[in-house]
Amino acid sequence: MLSVSNVYQSCKLSDPVCSRQIAVEIQCATKVFESRTSSVTALDNVSLEIQQNEFFTLLGPSGCGKTTLLRLIAGFEHPSDGQIRLYGEDITFWPPYQRPVNTVFQNYALFPHMTVRQNISFGLEMLKRSKAEISKTVAEVLNLVRMEELAERRVSDISGGQQQRVALARALAPQPKVLLLDESLSALDYKLRQDMQIELKRLQHETGITFVFVTHDQEEALTMSDRMAVMNVGKILQVGTPGEIYNFPKQRFVAEFIGDSNFLEGYVVARSSSRAKVELSPTYCADLPADDAVQPGTRVSVAVRPEQATLTSATTAAALQGRVSNMVYFGTHTHYVIKLENGDLFTVHQQNLSGHEIEYEPGHAVGVTLNQSTMQILKD
Amino acid sequence: MSVLRNARKLIVARAIAGNRHFAVRYLPGFSTIAVLCFVLLYAPIVALVIYSFNSGTNIALWEGFSLHWYTVAWENELVQEVTFRSLIVASMAAVTSTMLATMAALGTTRTGDYRGRMLIYATINQPLMVPEIVTGVALLIFFAIVKAFTGYHGLAYLIAAHTAFCIPFAYLPIRARLEGMDSSLETAAQDLYATPVKTFWRITLPLMWPGILAGFMLAFVISLDDVVITELVKSAGQDTLPTYMLGQLRRGITPEVNAISSALLGISILLVSLFFVLRNR
Ligand SMILES: Nc1ncnc2c1ncn2[C@@H]1O[C@H](COP(=O)(O)OP(=O)(O)OP(=O)(O)O)[C@@H](O)[C@H]1O
Ligand SMILES: [Mg+2]
Repeated sequence: MLSVSNVYQSCKLSDPVCSRQIAVEIQCATKVFESRTSSVTALDNVSLEIQQNEFFTLLGPSGCGKTTLLRLIAGFEHPSDGQIRLYGEDITFWPPYQRPVNTVFQNYALFPHMTVRQNISFGLEMLKRSKAEISKTVAEVLNLVRMEELAERRVSDISGGQQQRVALARALAPQPKVLLLDESLSALDYKLRQDMQIELKRLQHETGITFVFVTHDQEEALTMSDRMAVMNVGKILQVGTPGEIYNFPKQRFVAEFIGDSNFLEGYVVARSSSRAKVELSPTYCADLPADDAVQPGTRVSVAVRPEQATLTSATTAAALQGRVSNMVYFGTHTHYVIKLENGDLFTVHQQNLSGHEIEYEPGHAVGVTLNQSTMQILKD
Repeated sequence: MSVLRNARKLIVARAIAGNRHFAVRYLPGFSTIAVLCFVLLYAPIVALVIYSFNSGTNIALWEGFSLHWYTVAWENELVQEVTFRSLIVASMAAVTSTMLATMAALGTTRTGDYRGRMLIYATINQPLMVPEIVTGVALLIFFAIVKAFTGYHGLAYLIAAHTAFCIPFAYLPIRARLEGMDSSLETAAQDLYATPVKTFWRITLPLMWPGILAGFMLAFVISLDDVVITELVKSAGQDTLPTYMLGQLRRGITPEVNAISSALLGISILLVSLFFVLRNR
C-alpha cells in the first residue's frame, strides 16, 4: 500500500494530540418542498453534530428524509430554515462546487463519456491542481480502491461493483473534509455488499475522512457505524453508538425499527430521583431508569429484547407467566413465542449453550425472567 | 416533396415515441397490404432513379444505360448556382436553428417545473401544426413590409424563414436526448467542484452532442427540400434547387430532372441514416 498518510493528513481516531472536532453541525434545519399542489416537510427542525473522522450513519425507513439531509450537507438543496456548519463555518447557502464535501451517489452518476481515470481526475482538474499532482493522486486513489488495471476503461464497460469503486474513488480523490454516501451499497448483491462494507471501513480508517452514510438497512448501520442517527418522518429520534441505540432505545419506533423487541405495558407505582418502579404484572415490579416525564400513576411502555429474557419452568418466581405457543429451533438459539396471562405474545430467544437445555414444548406453562438492567421505559 | 416531408415527420414522431410492438402482423391480409404499400411508396422512386440513367431524351422510353444526364446536370451552370444557394441556405438555417433549438431544449428540460412550461412546448412545436402554405403567406406579407422599410432584398429572408420552420425539427431530437440524460450527472459535476459553466462545457454539451448533430442533420434535410415557403419568400433570382426543378418541370420534363432528383434523394438518405445512427448511439 502506498503511503496514504501523504495524501490524507488528517488525524486518526486514536491520535491523542488531536481532540475531536465537530465536522458537520446541523442546527434546527427544516426543509419544506413546496410545489403548486402540495407542500412536503422532508426535514422537521433537525439538529445534529457529526464529529471529525467519524463513520456516521443515518438510518430510517423510506421517505424519512435521509437523502434530503445529505443533499443539504452537499449543497444541492438549501434548508427552508436553520443552518449548516462545516468545521464551524456557516455553509448553509454555499453552492455545492465550493464545499469541500463529496458525494457517492446511489446510482453512481459516473460520467459515461469518460474513462475511469478521467472520472477520478475530474474533481482535481476542477480544483486546478497541477498535472503532476493529479496523476499522483489518481494513482494513489486507484490503488486504494484496487482498480489500477481498469483505469483506461470506459465506465460503461465495467461491472456494477467496479463502478461502485470508481464512484468512491472519484469522491475520495479531491480529499474532501466529509464524504457523503447515499445508500451506496444497496444496489449490490449480498456477497459484494459484504466485501464493500469491509472495504468502506478500511477506506475510512486509512483516509481519516468523516463518512456520512445513509442506509435503511439496520444491520448495515449497526455493523459499520461509529455513531448513528435513527430518523422517522423528517425527525431525528435518537443519536448514539450502535450499542446505545440497540440496547437503550428511547422511543418505541427506535426499538421496533432496530432488532426485535417485546413491549410491555406497565403502571408507574413510585419514583425516586432518577428511577421509577413500574408494575409489569401482578407479581413483578421493575426498577428502571426514568426521566422527569415519567410520573407515578401513569402508564408506560417498556421494551425488552428477546435475548434479554429467559424461560424457566418454575412458574411462580418469574416475572411473567404464560404458555409456550410456538417454538422454532435455530441451532445456536431457540425462538419461543409465549402467550402471556393477559393474552399478549412475548418472544424469547433462548441461547443453546450446553446443548442440554430443557426444551419447552408448545402448551407448557412457563415463567419468563427479565434482565432488568437492559429494560427501557419508552417514549411513544 | 410533400410526401417525403410527411414521411419524415412520421419518422421523427416515431423516433421520439419509440417503437411499440404489438402483433399486428398476425392480422389477416397484413402481408398483402404491407407489400402493396411498399410498392406504391417506392415504385415511383425506383422508376425515377432507373430513368435517371437513361441515355435517351424521352423520360418514358428506355434507350440504354448512361451517366449522360448526370453530366448534363453537373455542367449546367444554373443547376450549379441553385445548388450552391440551396446548400448555403440549408447550412445557415440548420446551424442557426440548431443553436436556437439547443437553447430551447436546455430551457425546457434543465430548469425544473415552472408555470407555462406546457405552453412553451406547444409554442416551439407550433410550426409542425401550422400548414406550410399559411406560414409561407404570412412570411411573404411580413417580409414585404420589412423590405419596404429596409430596402434589403438579399438571401437573409430565405435563411430566416428556413431557420424558423427548422427549429422544431432540430428541437425534438435534442430535447429527447436531454430528457434521456440523467441530470444527476450534472449534480455530480457540481459536487466535484465544477461551476455551472464548466459543468455545461464538460458534461452537458458532450453528452447532448449526438442529439445536436441529429437535430442539425434533420434541419438541414428539411431545409434542403423545402418548396412551399421558399417559393413564396424568395426574391427574383433566388431559386433554390427544389424551386428551380419545379420551374423546369413546368417547361417540360427531361431526364436531367431525374438525375438531380436522384442525387438529392441520395443526399437525403445519407443524412437521415446518419441521423438514426447518431440517435441510437
Ligand atoms: N424534490 C422534492 N420535491 C418534493 N418532495 C420531495 C423532494 N425530494 C424529497 N421529497 C419528499 O421528502 C421526503 C423525504 O425524501 P427523501 O428522499 O429525503 O427520503 P429518504 O429517507 O432518502 O427515502 P429513501 O430511503 O426512499 O431514499 C419524501 O416524502 C419525499 O417525497
Ligand atoms: Mg434516499
